[in-house]
Amino acid sequence: MVALSALAGEGPTSLIQAGGWFLEKAWIIPALPAISFVLILFFGKRMKYKGAEFGIVSIAVAFIFAICCVGQWIGQVNNADSYSEKQEYHDEEKHSDQAGQNEILNEEILRTSSNEYGTASSEKMTVSALAEEKDGYSSVGIKPVIERFTWWESGGRSFQVGIMVDGLAVMMLFVVTAISLLVHIYSTEYVAGDRRYTHYFAFLSLFSSSMLFFVISENILQTIVGWELVGVCSFALIGHWWEEKPNSDAALKAFLTNRVGDMGLLVGMIVLFWSAGSWSIVDINNAAINNEIGQSTLLIASLCLTAAVMSKSGQFILHTWLPDAMAGPTPVSALIHAATMVVAGIYMVARLYGVFFEGFDIAGSSFNVLALVGSVTLVGAGLLAFVQDDIKKVLAYSTVSQLGYMVMALGVGAWTAAVFHLFTHAFFKAGLFLGAGSVSHSVHSFDMKKSMGGMRKFMPTTYKTFIVCTIALMGLPPLAGFWSKDEILVGTGGWGIFGGTGGNGTYVFALVMGIIGAALTCAYMTRVIYLTFFGEFRGDTHGHGDPHESGKRITIPLVILAVMATGAGFLNFPVGFLTGSKAGWQERFGHYVEPVATYFPPIAHGTPSWSLAIFSTVVAIIGVSAAGYYFFVKVNAQSPAATELTNGLTEKSKVAKAGHTLLKQKYYLDHLYTDIIANGTKGPVADAVYWTNQKGIDEAVNQVGKQTARAATFVYEKIDQNMVDGVVNLSGRATEGLGETTRTIIQRGKIHQYAAIMFAATTILAGLLIVFV
Amino acid sequence: MLLVQFLLLSSVLFCIGIYGVLARKNGVMVLMSIELILNAVNINLVAFGTMTNNIAGEVFALFVIAIAAAEVGVGLAIVLLIFRNKRSVDLSSIDSMKG
Repeated sequence: MVALSALAGEGPTSLIQAGGWFLEKAWIIPALPAISFVLILFFGKRMKYKGAEFGIVSIAVAFIFAICCVGQWIGQVNNADSYSEKQEYHDEEKHSDQAGQNEILNEEILRTSSNEYGTASSEKMTVSALAEEKDGYSSVGIKPVIERFTWWESGGRSFQVGIMVDGLAVMMLFVVTAISLLVHIYSTEYVAGDRRYTHYFAFLSLFSSSMLFFVISENILQTIVGWELVGVCSFALIGHWWEEKPNSDAALKAFLTNRVGDMGLLVGMIVLFWSAGSWSIVDINNAAINNEIGQSTLLIASLCLTAAVMSKSGQFILHTWLPDAMAGPTPVSALIHAATMVVAGIYMVARLYGVFFEGFDIAGSSFNVLALVGSVTLVGAGLLAFVQDDIKKVLAYSTVSQLGYMVMALGVGAWTAAVFHLFTHAFFKAGLFLGAGSVSHSVHSFDMKKSMGGMRKFMPTTYKTFIVCTIALMGLPPLAGFWSKDEILVGTGGWGIFGGTGGNGTYVFALVMGIIGAALTCAYMTRVIYLTFFGEFRGDTHGHGDPHESGKRITIPLVILAVMATGAGFLNFPVGFLTGSKAGWQERFGHYVEPVATYFPPIAHGTPSWSLAIFSTVVAIIGVSAAGYYFFVKVNAQSPAATELTNGLTEKSKVAKAGHTLLKQKYYLDHLYTDIIANGTKGPVADAVYWTNQKGIDEAVNQVGKQTARAATFVYEKIDQNMVDGVVNLSGRATEGLGETTRTIIQRGKIHQYAAIMFAATTILAGLLIVFV
Repeated sequence: MLLVQFLLLSSVLFCIGIYGVLARKNGVMVLMSIELILNAVNINLVAFGTMTNNIAGEVFALFVIAIAAAEVGVGLAIVLLIFRNKRSVDLSSIDSMKG
């Protein structure tokens, strides 16, 4: 570390402690649904709305709290900005004015735009300082609100529990409470009359509480607890209709697949704890960034945690549980398996970004595991989405693919882009899921080919909102997905070789995969739109007449989400994009969410590029057009009720047929896991265990038994029978012999003899008396 | 003093008694022989008591006579019962308690 005293009078190196009632009391937000969970369990069934009212009220209040947190946080950042300007002014005047209401903390290394400080510090700090200057970011950091108390102490270590609220947490609080509130409202109609309606709402509350707890956790111990809690809720809600075997199988699969990654989480977190000596997220990040932990240790921790991300956030090759998880109720899919729980992995990486940034050396390389996993996932899952007939499974693979974008973005150092994509994706993907739920609520099926088609006539509101969310997902301007996806592509730095400005490294493969993924997304979503909403209705309503639009409680959340999908992208709109002023280049969302503090690594920010934006849009339009031509022109011309060409490519080309089969079989990953890994190990392992049992353990036991028996026999025969018994018998025999002798010789029943002996003895005794006395 | 004569008399009686106890087979005769032995002792006690002018000798003799009477009573009863059971008072045949 740099000499601290030297920094003390340097000037604008300062951190402002964020504050505010709502931020400091953020623990109330997860507490509310937790209370609701308990209330629903005890009183839910007696209430008028079967417990749903507890859930809705609690999450609505939590949502209001979250909005207040957002407001206060923005206020804090603005405050820091004005403070920054004031500081710069004073700096020019060579007067350091550090008094005032803000708490100034000089005991930490502080990020700053001061070049003097930059040169005095490490090279990376210089880079970041320059990057900040270029972006026009403020130089004044904000310390997150950290409230904690000791949970327990053991062996001289204290384990703390508390909250850590910064821009990222505030953003996540908003997303989780907003989506959860909409899903609660939606569910009152969607699962109305369900046999476990009250239980359903209880678990929704528990899930919301766990997720919010996870979000504001102050240390990695809490992170693990929250992580596992949301996993349990996911398990319970996937298996909501557990009477049917596939549903309970899917729940088990989700749980067990997640256990694989959870091992990585535990190992990674324990490595971090022992290397940093603290559970605190801030301490761990600081230790990682200040090179207090060895690079190889960080690499190991990062790899372990990547495994956790692969399972929780559905990355190849542990993604297989996520499409199966669609067995749960659709609102659950929207809340848990699209918007919130599956981004827990992303959030965890974003939280411990110092570890990953240093561990994978993101700034200085052009390849790492995180980027690889993300990019493979986004293309692989995008391809899989083409062959699914179940609308929810298409959306599930789409989610996997979009999560791949986020992981890739984190891998290439585009932190803000990843978090921003998380934010926008939550709204439009929740909207799509709820839209799909609305359709299936009407036709009682999820099969696009057999039960849907032409739905735009029956369900206009669902259709419109679905289209809006689809365009947002496709990444067509100006809807939300465009902004976040474009930022990720910029962040790869790969555009640099085509003349654009880069990000942290030069991840060309990530850029290529990202663009391919964008085209795939457009194509498969066009297929979904055609199969669901166009053509002729292919379903059977069993005499209930035509399908009809869902009720208000379903359509209103859809409309809200569609509005969010439209508008969320502008939150990070670089105003300078239009005005051209340098100061305006800073992206508002990133400015408020991205921490400017010591615990955050010095990442560089890519500059938005017109050429890349236009190129990716063109690619997206090509994707839409190709799929649109196939479905809307060729398939529709064949027959309005057709779902694919009867004489299509798969019949003509063997390669295409093989590829189709490969996708239909989901890359044979399920076969790999169940048939090869599970069954393959089950038999030999069972045999080996049986052999070990029979030959090893049983043999040992048997040998012990046999040898004991032999020893016992020896003891019995030689020692007990001969020696011990011998002694006993001998004494018996001796006594017997003596008795026999005396009996036969003396006690013969002859009274005269007795009398004679008595007289003889008396005479002897009398003689002795006379002689000796 | 006539002590020696008394002692000689008692010795003779004692020896006759011992002989009777050891040699006779009749239970009644054995009991009578025991009386002889006891009376031999009585003579000794009285003789010594007179000689040393100590009344204790005579007192002891009286006690012995009383006990001898009791003993003969019990003994004769036993002999009588044996006779009832065995129709005999032959002591050599009373060996049912031999080892």
